[in-house]
Amino acid sequence: MSRVTRFAARDPGPAARVAGFMAHLRENGLRLGVSETELALAALCEVEAARPDASRRALKAVCTGCKDEVDRFDALFDSYWLDAGRVRQKIVQSPPDKGDDSVHSSRDARGEDTGGAGTSTAPEAGDGDAESDGEGRLIATEVRNLMRKDLRDLVRPEDVAEAEKVAQRLGAALRDRRSRRRIAAPKGDRLNFRKTIRASLATGGEPLRLVRKHRPDRPRKIVALCDVSGSMTVYAQVFLAFLAGLMRSDTTADAYLFHTRLVRITEALRDKDTMRAIGRMSLMADGFGGGSEIGPSIARFARTYAKRFVDGRSVVLILSDGYDTAPATVLDAALADLRKRGCKIIWLNPLKGWRDYAPVADGMAAALPHLDLFCAANTLADLAALDREVMTL
Amino acid sequence: MTWTDLQTALAADGYVASDDLSVALHLALTLGRPLLLEGAAGVGKTQLAASLAAQQDTKLIRLQCYEGLDAAQAIYEWNYQRQLLTIRAAAEDGETGKSVEDRIFSREFLLERPLLAAITQDSPPVLLIDEIDRADEEFEAYLLEILSEFQITIPELGTVAATTNPIVILTSNGTRDLSDALRRRCLYSYVDYPDRQTELAILHARCAGIEKRLGAQIVGFVQKLREEELEKVPGVAEMLDFAAAVMGLGIADLTSDPSVLKHTLSTLLKTQSDRAHITPEVAARIAGRAA
Repeated sequence: MSRVTRFAARDPGPAARVAGFMAHLRENGLRLGVSETELALAALCEVEAARPDASRRALKAVCTGCKDEVDRFDALFDSYWLDAGRVRQKIVQSPPDKGDDSVHSSRDARGEDTGGAGTSTAPEAGDGDAESDGEGRLIATEVRNLMRKDLRDLVRPEDVAEAEKVAQRLGAALRDRRSRRRIAAPKGDRLNFRKTIRASLATGGEPLRLVRKHRPDRPRKIVALCDVSGSMTVYAQVFLAFLAGLMRSDTTADAYLFHTRLVRITEALRDKDTMRAIGRMSLMADGFGGGSEIGPSIARFARTYAKRFVDGRSVVLILSDGYDTAPATVLDAALADLRKRGCKIIWLNPLKGWRDYAPVADGMAAALPHLDLFCAANTLADLAALDREVMTL
Repeated sequence: MTWTDLQTALAADGYVASDDLSVALHLALTLGRPLLLEGAAGVGKTQLAASLAAQQDTKLIRLQCYEGLDAAQAIYEWNYQRQLLTIRAAAEDGETGKSVEDRIFSREFLLERPLLAAITQDSPPVLLIDEIDRADEEFEAYLLEILSEFQITIPELGTVAATTNPIVILTSNGTRDLSDALRRRCLYSYVDYPDRQTELAILHARCAGIEKRLGAQIVGFVQKLREEELEKVPGVAEMLDFAAAVMGLGIADLTSDPSVLKHTLSTLLKTQSDRAHITPEVAARIAGRAA
């Protein structure tokens, strides 16, 4: 049974302890300021602060701001206030939003939100669905690659800079969804009464100058899902540079990697230092170059992140070759589910650029009916050329 | 009044709040902070505001958010037609610029929308800002001034300060991330699906006449149903509808007749694929397990 921590005699008092607790929370990634400390103290005055459960609930209401934080709060509370031995011990891993520049590939990777640790070591049952074109076979593998690759070897800063330009062009091409809200404009379909009346005061109450309002264009949000399984390794350089560029040029974009699991890399890629961002991404892409489970990854995305980040104003970009080890029905259902959120889905397949390519892989064939656009993309130049195609979406 | 008193008072009005929620609500009342409630649809977030208003014996002002909601719909709007007529009439009477301007930009010509109405009441109302995640980011910015200072700036009139601070409750289904600035100004509580005991208490509070055994069966059935893989998980509101349907059809035992159970499922399963997934046989099996 846990007991309330007994603080040392030289401890300056309850206020300092609460301040210490706030610092403890901050260290563990909760975003709290000075005013929250003040509010926490005020809140504790309102409940029976001597009772652990009452003060726990009061501090929970003040200090948390989303479900994720609520889930972690109890452990954080216990580690500070209960069981003297574990005071200030960091027991909950902080979300990787603090820059970590000492990134080594030998270190334990901390991918955020990566479920399913099952490791299959057997090669695939035998329905490999790709033809080779001479050198090396392209097949979907079930094997999770346990060797971690440092993506910094793959991606060069120059590429990222170029990708940034490409991403900007793509963003501009997608930016034409009209808003529902009207704003004042010289031309428009409706009268802006507020401004018209205001202007009419200058002309003795005669509304001479009519101000109108129209619906402005709104940027659309790009959500990119990049396949980094074994069969995609050769294209990883291009796509990862593109992701990094996209995140740097568009502050609303969102990025994920998947192989046998799905990892959100948005926060990591926002790092100001390009190479450090890619270093952090490689920590999260544990299992890079391993097997591919496209269907389950996208299903997981549709069930979790999509509910928060994908709406009718989003464009989901899937960068994958479509070689899936899971049954095609899973992918079919996942994409159908995703589509219901009202987003546009674009699939960029590096193999489509090949001569005589036909989407015969089961996964790809199942996905086709759900796609708004199915394009080839092997190089940055290909990605840059997309802007004309996405314009018509 | 302590938080346990508040919990009891709400329960007397038919709202069974969890301990976490009661403390958060108690703090929101005593500290005068807005309370942000998040959780799946149908767990009773909106109902809390209604029950609180009833318990405090005060007015409930509700602002339903939607995409494209703007200041004119949520805060205030000038009555333009009336302004135009007044200007015309004034011109005929020979009234001049400044006095007309003062007149047409006075409170008389202001149409109050929910947010302005909420801060100009005589006694503090409960202001419910429902489904804030549906409104767009720009609207959150309007809210920030109102939630932190309880004042509204109208360029033509000046700043309208609150006569009384409303009790603000915001709800969100989590369809989009709210801004940190908004979260910071609010106390937060995550409302989850209730556990069996709580849900039983809710059922008995809302449907007074229900038989104990049937009540336990209904709650057990719904709780088990939530564990199935459904597109739309039934909430507390659906459970109450279901109970009402079961009682209305005069069913005394859920396990007795699968075909009747099938008809009442329309109150719980709201999409076609969920209906296809929970066939009458599956429903009967779940009911059997729950009993």
